[in-house]
Amino acid sequence: MHDGPGELSVTVEVNGQLIHGRVEPRLTLADWLRDDCLLTGTHLGCEHGVCGSCTVLLDDRAVRSCLLLCAQADRCSVTTVEGLASGPDELSPVQRAFMECHGLQCGFCTPGFVVSVTAFLAANPAPTDDEIAEALSGNLCRCTGYQGIIAAVRRAAEHMAEARGEVS
Amino acid sequence: MVAGRFVGQSVLRREDPRLVSGHGRYVDDVRVPGMVHAAFVRSHVARARIAALDVAAAERLPGVRAVYTARDLEPLIVGPLGATMYLSAPIPSPVALASGDVRYPGQPVALVLADSRYLAEDACELVRLDYDVATPVMDMETAAESEILVHPERGSNVVSQSRRWDDDLELAIRGAPYVVTRTFRQPRQSHTPMEPHGVVASWDRFDGELRIWCTSQRVHEVRATMGRVTGIPEQRIHVVQRDVGGAFGQKGAMRPEEIAVVLAACKAGVAVKWVEDRHENLVAGGHARSDRIAVTMGLDHEGGIIGAELDHLEDAGAYPSLGSVGGLVAMMFPGAYRMGGVNWSTRAVFTNSCGRAPYRGPWNIESLAREQIMDAAAREMGLDPVELRRRNVIARTDMPFTNASGMTYADIDPAAVLAETLRRFDYPEFLEEQSEQRGGGRRIGVGVSLFVEPTALGTGTMLGTEAAHVKVSLAGKVTVALGTSSHGQSIATTMAQIAADELGVDIEDVSVVDGETDITPIGGGTGGSRSGVIGGGATHRAAGHVRDKVLRVAAELMEAAPEDLETDRGRIQVRGTPTRSVSLAQVAHAAYVDTKLLPAGVEPGLEALVRYSTPAITFANACHICVVEILPSGQVEILRYVVVEDCGAMINPMVVHGQISGGVVQGIGGALYERFCYDEDGNPLTTTFMDYLIPTSTEVPFIEISHLNSPARGPGGYKGVGEGGAIGAVPAVRNAISDALGADVTDGVRPCDLFESTPLAGGSSR
Repeated sequence: MHDGPGELSVTVEVNGQLIHGRVEPRLTLADWLRDDCLLTGTHLGCEHGVCGSCTVLLDDRAVRSCLLLCAQADRCSVTTVEGLASGPDELSPVQRAFMECHGLQCGFCTPGFVVSVTAFLAANPAPTDDEIAEALSGNLCRCTGYQGIIAAVRRAAEHMAEARGEVS
Repeated sequence: MVAGRFVGQSVLRREDPRLVSGHGRYVDDVRVPGMVHAAFVRSHVARARIAALDVAAAERLPGVRAVYTARDLEPLIVGPLGATMYLSAPIPSPVALASGDVRYPGQPVALVLADSRYLAEDACELVRLDYDVATPVMDMETAAESEILVHPERGSNVVSQSRRWDDDLELAIRGAPYVVTRTFRQPRQSHTPMEPHGVVASWDRFDGELRIWCTSQRVHEVRATMGRVTGIPEQRIHVVQRDVGGAFGQKGAMRPEEIAVVLAACKAGVAVKWVEDRHENLVAGGHARSDRIAVTMGLDHEGGIIGAELDHLEDAGAYPSLGSVGGLVAMMFPGAYRMGGVNWSTRAVFTNSCGRAPYRGPWNIESLAREQIMDAAAREMGLDPVELRRRNVIARTDMPFTNASGMTYADIDPAAVLAETLRRFDYPEFLEEQSEQRGGGRRIGVGVSLFVEPTALGTGTMLGTEAAHVKVSLAGKVTVALGTSSHGQSIATTMAQIAADELGVDIEDVSVVDGETDITPIGGGTGGSRSGVIGGGATHRAAGHVRDKVLRVAAELMEAAPEDLETDRGRIQVRGTPTRSVSLAQVAHAAYVDTKLLPAGVEPGLEALVRYSTPAITFANACHICVVEILPSGQVEILRYVVVEDCGAMINPMVVHGQISGGVVQGIGGALYERFCYDEDGNPLTTTFMDYLIPTSTEVPFIEISHLNSPARGPGGYKGVGEGGAIGAVPAVRNAISDALGADVTDGVRPCDLFESTPLAGGSSR
C-alpha cells in the first residue's frame, strides 16, 4: 500500500518490540500504528490535534500521533494503549481505575485519556483536583461529562500509591 | 420492586476491559481482504448548479480503482434512501451523490475508490468540479417567504407546519394581570460523537450476499434501508457492528455517504471502507437544535398560569433525517405546571444547510422556553422564581394528569422532585450567601429548571417494540440476543443484570449479543431513551418466561411444586431446603436431551423470544439547579450543579449517573460553547474543534446527582434516562446567567459573547 519511490526506512520500538518498516514520508504515526502495526487501540477523532484520542507515548512523553509523521518516530520508542498493562490479561492501574469509576461509555476517546493520564501521573503522582482538570483538558470526551474520568484519575493515583507501598 | 442481586447495583461494566486496553472493535478497525478505501468530493458551496464534473484525471491516478458520480450509482438505486420511520414524513429522500445541483455545503458529489485513503484523497483533488453558484437560503426566519427554493420541485421551503389556536384563550392571555413575552433561540449544534460515521461494505456477486459493518444506533434499520435502496433481498444483507463511538442521535439513520459507499461496493465488486473525518462530520454529518420560539405567557395576580402562546420555528436544513419536532415541542411545553391552555403555531423550513438530525431531546426548546419565561415572569412579578414554580407545579396526587396541550402523564411526582432538589441544594442558605457576595461585587446567579421527559416514545413506529431472545445452553449458561444495541449505554451489562436476576444465575453466566442482524430479533435500536425501558422490558419478560419453564421442569425433576421453588446462583432448590436442588444444567439436559423427563404439556427446549411493546410514553422527571459566577473577564464559571432525577427503578445507578452527567455537560456546551456557524453566503465557519467548541474537563463542575423513584408500570419499573441531562441543563445554565446579570439571556452565549457584549454584561436585555 505504501510502496514506491521516496519511501523511508523506519525502525520504531513499539510496545517493547522493534518494528522495521518502509513508509511514505507523509504517513502519520497514527495511521502507521493502526494500519501497518494493526494496533487499532489508537483512535482518530479529529486528525487535527485537538481531541487527543490518538495520544501515545513517544519516549515516555504523551504526543498526538495524528500530528506526527511516522518518520519522526524513527529510532524512538512508542507505547500505545495496548502496551500499558504488564500482561495480556492485565489492566494497568489507570485502565483499572477507568473501569472502576465509570470513566468511559462509548470508549472511543478512552485510549487517549488512558495514555495521557498515564504520562500525567508519572510526572505528578499526587495531583490536586485543579491539576487533574488541567491535565485532562487536552482530551475530549463527549459521553461522560468527565465526572467518571476525573474520579478515575484520583483512583489511579491511589492505586499507584498503594503499589509503591504508600498508604493513602 | 426490591433491588435484586444485580438489578439496582452499580455492577462494573463488562464492556470495559476491552475498551480501556485498546481492544474495542469500531468500524475503522474492520479489515476485509481486498478492501479498498473511499473518499468523497464534496460541494464547497451551499447552492449551485453543477456546470462541469470531470473525473478523468482522478481515474488516471495510479492506485485509483474507480471514481463514481451520481450517473454511476443512480442505476443501482430502486427505493428511497430516507429512514424507514420517516418515509411518510414530508421530507425529501436524501440523494447518495448530488446530481445536477448541490443544495448544502459539504454535499457529496463524487466518490473515489483507491488502494489507500491517502490516494483516494489525492484523487479527489484531481476531480474538476465547476459550479454556477446561486444565492442560498440561509436564514430560517425568511425562508418560508423566500423566492429562492431549496428544493424547487417541492414548490415551497416549508417542511411542515401546525397550529392550534383558541381565540378566547388568546384574549385571556393578553388581558392577564401579568403578560410576559420573550423570544428564545438556541444555536445550531453538531452532535460530535467522538467516532464519526463510517461503513465497510462487501458485496459477493457470486453468493449474492451483501455484508455491512457499520457504526449506527440501529443495525436493523441499516439492513432495512439497504434492502429498500438496492433491492437486494433483506435476508441476504448481513449487518454487523461491534463497538460504536457515540452517536447522540446522529447515527439513527444512514447518511447518504454511507449508502453511496455500499452502492459503490456493489458496483465495484470489492470491499470498500469509508470513515468520515472530523471536518466532514462537522460540516455534513448532521446538525441539530437551530430553532427559535416566541412565547407569551399570561399570569394572574397569584402567579397562576392563565395560558401561553408559542410560535416555534425550526431550521431543518436541506435534507433532515427526521420530520418536524414542532408537535412535540407544543405537547411538552406545559412541562410540570398547571396552565389554563396553550395556543401554538409551529413551522419547519428548509435552508441550504446541513440537515437536521435528532439530538438528545430533539424537542428540548420547550423546556428551555418554559423554564426561562418562568424566571422572566417571576422577575416581573417580584416573586422568587422557585416560589412561582411551587405555585404551579403538579404532584403525584394529580396523576394521571393531562397537561394544557393534551399530553397525559403518569407515574411522576414533580412537586417532590422540586422539593428534594431545593432541600439538597439548601436554597434559603444560598440566597443569603448570594446577597452577601453581591454586596461584595461578585456577579453570582442561580438557575432552576424543572421538566418532564417523555421517554421510550414511538408507539406505532419501529421504535414501539423491542424483543429479547433468551436461551439457556446445555451447560446452563444464558445468552440474551437483543434487537437493540449499544453505542455507549452499557447494554451488555445492564441487560445481563436483568436476565441474571430473573433466572437466578450469576451475571458471569449471562452473555448479551447485539449489533448483528442475523442473530438478533428485529429491533429499533438505541435512541429516544428507549433501550432501558423497552429492551429492559423485553429482557425481563423473556427471561421470566424461561424462568417459569425452568421452575416447572425442576419441579418435575424434584417431585416438588413449582411455587415451592426458588433459584439461586444457577441452582433451583426447594425453598428452605437447599439440599433438595437441581442445577440449571440438569434442567437444560431434560429440556433438550432427556425430554421424557419433562412434565406433560411442556415443550422441549429452554428458550424464549418475547417482543415487548410499551403501552404509551414512559414519563421521567427531573430538576436541575445551577449556580454560576460571571467573572470580570466575561467567563462563566459554574460553581455548583445539582440534579435530582426520577427515572423510576434503576438497573445500574452507576450507568444512570453516567447518562445524566454526560447529558448535563452536553447541555452546558449548548448553553455556553457550541455554535455551528455559516456566513451569509453559506460557507461553514466552524469546521474544526478549534472553532466548534465542546466542553473540556476545565469547563465542567462536579455534578451532584440524587434520585427519587416513581416506578413506571412496565416490567421492572424502568424509565428512560438518556436525554434528560441535556434537556435540563440548557435552561438551568441560562437562568443562572440571567440571574447573575439581571438580564435575560435568550440565546446561547459563548465566552466571546459575554466578553464582547458589555451591554448584556452591564444589564440591558437582548
